[in-house]
Amino acid sequence: MKVLSALVAVAVLVLIAAIGTGLAPLQYVFGVVVPYAAFAVFVAGFVYRVAKWAKSAVPYRIPTTCGQQKSLDWVKHSKLEAPHTTGQVVVRMLLEVFLFRSLFRNTRTNLEDDDDGGKKLVYTSSKWLWLGGITFHLAFFTIVLRHLRFFTEPVPFLVQSVEGVDGFFQMTLPALYQTDLVIVGALTYLFLRRLFDPKVRYISLANDYFPLLLILSIAATGILMRHVWRVDVVGIKELAMGLASFSPTVPDGIGTLFYIHLFLVSTLVAYFPFSKLMHLAGVFMSPTRNLPNNSREVHHVNPWNYDVKVHTYAEYEDEFREVMKAAELPVEKE
Amino acid sequence: MAATPKPEELQQIDYTPPEKEWMEVPPSFKPGTWCYAGKPQILEYLGLPNPRKWSPADEDWKFPDNWKNTILEGIRERLLKFRSFHLFMDICVRCGACADKCHFYLGSGDPKNMPVLRAELLRSIYRREFTLTGKIFKKMAGGRELTEEVIKEWFSYFYQCTECRRCSVFCPYGIDTAEITMMGRELLHLIGMNTNWILEPAANCYRMGNHLGIQPHAFKDSLLGLVEDIEMETGIKVDPSFNRKGAEILFITPSADVFAMPAIFTMMGYMMLFHHLDLDVTFSTYASEGGNFGLFTSHEMQKRLNYKMYAEAKRLGVKWILGGECGHMWRVIHQYMGTHWDGCDELEVPVSPVTGTRFEHAKFTKMIHICEFTADLIKNNKLKLNPKRNDPYRVTFHDSCNPARGMGFFEEPRYVIENVANNFFEMPENTIREQTFCCGAGTGLNTDEFMEMRMRGGYPRASALKYVAGKHDVNLMATICAIDKATLDALVKYWIPEVEIGGVHELVGNALEMEGQNDRETNLRGEPLPVEPSESPPAAEGGEAGAEGGEA
Repeated sequence: MKVLSALVAVAVLVLIAAIGTGLAPLQYVFGVVVPYAAFAVFVAGFVYRVAKWAKSAVPYRIPTTCGQQKSLDWVKHSKLEAPHTTGQVVVRMLLEVFLFRSLFRNTRTNLEDDDDGGKKLVYTSSKWLWLGGITFHLAFFTIVLRHLRFFTEPVPFLVQSVEGVDGFFQMTLPALYQTDLVIVGALTYLFLRRLFDPKVRYISLANDYFPLLLILSIAATGILMRHVWRVDVVGIKELAMGLASFSPTVPDGIGTLFYIHLFLVSTLVAYFPFSKLMHLAGVFMSPTRNLPNNSREVHHVNPWNYDVKVHTYAEYEDEFREVMKAAELPVEKE
Repeated sequence: MAATPKPEELQQIDYTPPEKEWMEVPPSFKPGTWCYAGKPQILEYLGLPNPRKWSPADEDWKFPDNWKNTILEGIRERLLKFRSFHLFMDICVRCGACADKCHFYLGSGDPKNMPVLRAELLRSIYRREFTLTGKIFKKMAGGRELTEEVIKEWFSYFYQCTECRRCSVFCPYGIDTAEITMMGRELLHLIGMNTNWILEPAANCYRMGNHLGIQPHAFKDSLLGLVEDIEMETGIKVDPSFNRKGAEILFITPSADVFAMPAIFTMMGYMMLFHHLDLDVTFSTYASEGGNFGLFTSHEMQKRLNYKMYAEAKRLGVKWILGGECGHMWRVIHQYMGTHWDGCDELEVPVSPVTGTRFEHAKFTKMIHICEFTADLIKNNKLKLNPKRNDPYRVTFHDSCNPARGMGFFEEPRYVIENVANNFFEMPENTIREQTFCCGAGTGLNTDEFMEMRMRGGYPRASALKYVAGKHDVNLMATICAIDKATLDALVKYWIPEVEIGGVHELVGNALEMEGQNDRETNLRGEPLPVEPSESPPAAEGGEAGAEGGEA
């Protein structure tokens, strides 16, 4: 049901763009108005969300320590897993953001029969989710980078090199990008896992299927444009350059498939700030990862700290003075 | 109280999720899976809202007027106060990495015990009420209405979480269910939905200085009883002092160490160590609790109970504070206390009077862990140790959740154990250190009426323990947490009765060679020892342990 509604949503998006540019002459709307609007929503929404998080206080220093604290000189400190300085935190964060270090720890737990007729829990390393996740993200990032060739003239060396490496094997003409294969493979894995792993299926929302299917459709339309139903690349570049230089023009005859692709991308971009995809920014702000484990050494200030009602020693002694005296415990007042 | 199913039955865990979607599955209050409600007089004493007689098993929970608004305002306030909460409401992608990391899920198979779903219980309300997409798309966007059923579900599952943080180790964004559960419990407190096993100790601690409600004279008497026990086992009469002004060090440990089995043996170890070193240290009857059940209640209650530590240190004029073996106590001291009080300038940076070591890493809070203190003593050859007296024990070490994942406290206790015991074996790597499993009853869930869930939640720990018991004949699991000492004792009796639970400083006490001691024919539990009594220094065949036990 949830996966179906996500599927329908993506199908509707495809249809809207197909009708809008295939049957109706709304190329300007789908080629210029929607992308600009989506981009504006993205920027504003992204900034808004980050600002909103930033407005929330970080009252306590609560890193999750996954290694030895810094204590006595001769005890080996785990700089990465229980960082003590800002520099160490930065390294921990970099590994988290670029290598998905926490996810790399993933295990799978199975309840198995033990030797004496009972059961036991057995833990095995499980790297598939990590592999699916990291390949998807790296491929996505490379593809975004690659697309900069449409928005730049001359195309920067970095973008050219990425493209060259990505199409290195020259398996087809035009060259098939490895990242296209990788992203489709990774997304398919993530999608099937969500659908067929009973636990993950149980926790999944329509909002979890939707971005997967949306990005998969974006990749699919992209690949189709390049390899099957070719579109006018020169026209696309002209459109993209126009958008980038804020003097948009819509060349004729680009092809409906392109507008579908662009509309799906616009949807993704506009949807981004209102969705779980904001983990892109959120991961940098996570208090269990981005704080040093040094609260006994360095003061952490709680901006909303307030006085609380306490039970003072005087009140305590007032209540128990007689028994304290009888037990020969020292008292303040006789 | 419900009879707990037998271990054979409890092990038949079905991980298949129900046919119905989780939002359609109502919470159930089967005996053994929930804790009794907070008593009205306790709530009144602590000044908490909606005191009344009620039970989670009742149909009518006696919600206060306008409760929905109270909850929503409570959420709004906490979103601003806690970035952790705000962020963790937003960025979860439901990848499921946390799903099988929770001991309650592994032991029960209930999908709402998967950390991700536990958080979704609250997130679904957040989405519906506080996000644009949730307001527009409602259920389609994973939102739902706030109803009495939702509150009951929160109560059920936020009191089936021990805030152990194991899930947050594996989460790619570090989402920490402990933060979610803390918020969930704070919100429930706003409308008076809480448990007595947490609030009564909190009230006791507030009034009498400790969870168990031990009054000052009884506190002293209990320790004097242990003085006699020590004399019986060692021939030495130790002389603890109480509420003594001008002492150099204030020692604070969980009150369970004063008279709960088997924690008292750890207390005997402390007292022997202090006496042996002639340490200028005092106990306090006012600050007679290291633990802090406020941590399981609200940030405010935590601060209210934590007050006594610095207040008493200042009143007595000590230089610094030494803390005993405890789990959640150290979460509070390490990650909260300095912030609560903006430090304590009246105290000094802890310096060991025996070794001269300055504990720089505690220079702000001025409080160190007894295992840090003892490890430093051993490293500097200040203790004469005879690990042979622990030879009857084949020891493993249970990392307690809070020191492990809220402090990074792994090597100090291991170093101490390895120097006081010859037979030490680790449990499998996925069940120790930062991946350690909860005892199943932390955060104030260590009550008898919750026994079935405790045995379920403790099952991953028991399973790992059973493995080393089978492989290495382990017969003692040492731990540095007072709650552990109590709850694991019940857990092993249920799952693996051949293993006992002990404390690290109990082992220290056993091994410690004290001047003028008797033949030490028994350990601190009064159990006879097979070793030859000897006046001469211990033989060095115990490897590093023996070799390190140099001059006293």
